[in-house]
Amino acid sequence: MSDSTELLRMYEQMAVIRRTEKAAYDLFLAGMVKGTTHLASGHEAVAVGASAALRPDDYVFATYRGHHHAMARGASPEACLAELMQKSTGLCKAKGGSMHLTHAAGNMLGSYAIVGAHLPMAVGAAWSARLRGTEQVAVAFFGDGATNIGAFHEALNLAAVWRLPVIFVCENNLYMEYTPIAAVTAADHPAADRAPAYRMSAQIVDGNDVIAVREVVASAAQRARAGEGPTVIEAETYRHYGHSRTDPATYRPAEEVERWLKHDPIDVARARLEALGVTPDTIKDTDERASAEVAAAVAAAKAAPAADIAEAFTDVWADGGAAWRV
Amino acid sequence: MAGVKTDSGTITYREAVAEGIAREMRRDPTVICLGEDIGPAGGVFKTTAGLFEEFGPQRIWDTPISEQAIVGAAMGAAMTGIRPVAEIMFSDFLACCWDYLANEIPKVRYMTGGQVTVPLVIRTANGGGLGFGAQHSQAVENWALAIPGLKIVAPSTPADVIGLMASAIRSDDPVVFFEHKGLFASKGPRPPEGHHVELGRAAVVREGTDVTLLALASTVHTALAAADRLAEDGISAEVVDLRCLIPMDLTTVLASVAKTSRLVTVEENPYQAGWGATVVSVVVDEGFHLLDAPVRRVASANVPLPFADALENEVMPTADKVVAAVRSVANF
Ligand SMILES: Cc1ncc(C[n+]2csc(CCOP(=O)(O)OP(=O)(O)O)c2C)c(N)n1
Ligand SMILES: [Mg+2]
Repeated sequence: MSDSTELLRMYEQMAVIRRTEKAAYDLFLAGMVKGTTHLASGHEAVAVGASAALRPDDYVFATYRGHHHAMARGASPEACLAELMQKSTGLCKAKGGSMHLTHAAGNMLGSYAIVGAHLPMAVGAAWSARLRGTEQVAVAFFGDGATNIGAFHEALNLAAVWRLPVIFVCENNLYMEYTPIAAVTAADHPAADRAPAYRMSAQIVDGNDVIAVREVVASAAQRARAGEGPTVIEAETYRHYGHSRTDPATYRPAEEVERWLKHDPIDVARARLEALGVTPDTIKDTDERASAEVAAAVAAAKAAPAADIAEAFTDVWADGGAAWRV
Repeated sequence: MAGVKTDSGTITYREAVAEGIAREMRRDPTVICLGEDIGPAGGVFKTTAGLFEEFGPQRIWDTPISEQAIVGAAMGAAMTGIRPVAEIMFSDFLACCWDYLANEIPKVRYMTGGQVTVPLVIRTANGGGLGFGAQHSQAVENWALAIPGLKIVAPSTPADVIGLMASAIRSDDPVVFFEHKGLFASKGPRPPEGHHVELGRAAVVREGTDVTLLALASTVHTALAAADRLAEDGISAEVVDLRCLIPMDLTTVLASVAKTSRLVTVEENPYQAGWGATVVSVVVDEGFHLLDAPVRRVASANVPLPFADALENEVMPTADKVVAAVRSVANF
């Protein structure tokens, strides 16, 4: 595949994610998405760039801000939106919701809403790959805020001492909820600066440049597969919406927001496409295809039947049931 | 051959733990153990003695003191084709990784709509009576009982350790396996190869007609001692070993109560929120007509466990307390 074809594919994937997140936001405002959402608009390049660098059988673990990771690993916008809308066709049969999107068919093994909890799981998946001799890699995506919880440190240490094929990708969007990460972290780079303490190499990357992300993840994955152990990647990015729901994010300085919006990952990718000679028409066609795909997904999700009541009592146990007594 | 001893005859509860794990490791190469000091050291309680020698470092992994990483990594491995057996040295330390037992392991299958399974065992040394003080003595099966999605096993004999370990490791569901510290030195018959005990099957370990003593792990022995004493008074106690809290074998409990019309639970966990409360709520709901007397619960007092033997004895269930409880309902 030529550089431009591959980049165009990644661009389209980012465009679809962007539009799906916008749809989720609008559906939330319209009362058709309940509970909470943590949108990943602005973070698309991290998921798409990383995914492009991974094998289909590599493992991915994400956070409650994980729609982009589910879609980057092959979950359809329709199944994601249907999940948010409590439909029986949802990705998790409407039992997970926005915070737990999971696409096991793409080895995207879950979105976890307890900050940091999935880092040890990714370590375990990498350990399992080693035990089974598969050369698979496991990737944990997490926020800057997660670098201050114990599980982060336990995971990095264990991954390092066992030299496991795991990649820790921090999506540093400068905030843990409403608090600037710098105000609560004794390190300038919350993830990357901690890595050397665990004898681990770290890369800081422009998380809004899908090509740059793909390259650092590809080299980390190569090292991991070669038995050279784990890597920390700190991808600098920014969220376009507030932390969750309809948070207006007024705690962020206007000039900061403006600066980051000018460095939109989709614009960065578009500029790269243009530099490779891809025509504006081709890009426009791609945008339109993405819009049409998401519009169709919204319509299908709206039309889908509501959650099946019977599902309340399935899937607790491996036998499919929920019996607790004999 | 170095490794786990396989001579016949009797076996201690402690040896049964290693033997039970070894039997499963021999038949299934995906069974892998991890935990603190479980390798060459054989575990602080020697419950993994011989495993490292027999199976080597690719199957028996010493970990750092990282309870979250131990259980979290076990979870990630379980989701991806391994059957991990993770040791948490003392059950009190489960609090250090409780997120995984409360929020992650029991929920991931359900909240993903059945997309993943988590076939793992978390083994842990549980219980008091040994003067270890408040942070190394608790019986915490009831903590796990508060969380839908965990299977909970607490054997009382070496044969059950082996039989339930086989079922726990083969189970595709997460199992928390409580090994009682006070029973490690106890001995019993070594079960034959292939022995397994289905999860969720209580055992009537002594038949009787006047009262049902429902017990778990260490308290099975407390109840049996009480039953001996009660027999001298002409009271015939039936002792039921629950063996698992989930699945909870209420069929056997209700059948026993149908026979005896009286129920006393014998629990090592604190009275507040102890497992007996759940059993009793079902018995009074579904078996009220079977009862001839109030139900009594003999459990630990609602205080942290003290260090001194006399104080520990004061707050924990004893045969004396069981006898007194039975007498209080015998002629009701
Ligand atoms: C253990 C835990 N503590 C607190 C929370 C509440 N909480 C949810 S998201 C969040 C901020 C996390 O920030 P970060 O890791 O930077 O991720 P981001 O939301 O920016 O993607 C907090 C505090 C939680 N879910 N889990
Ligand atoms: Mg953040």
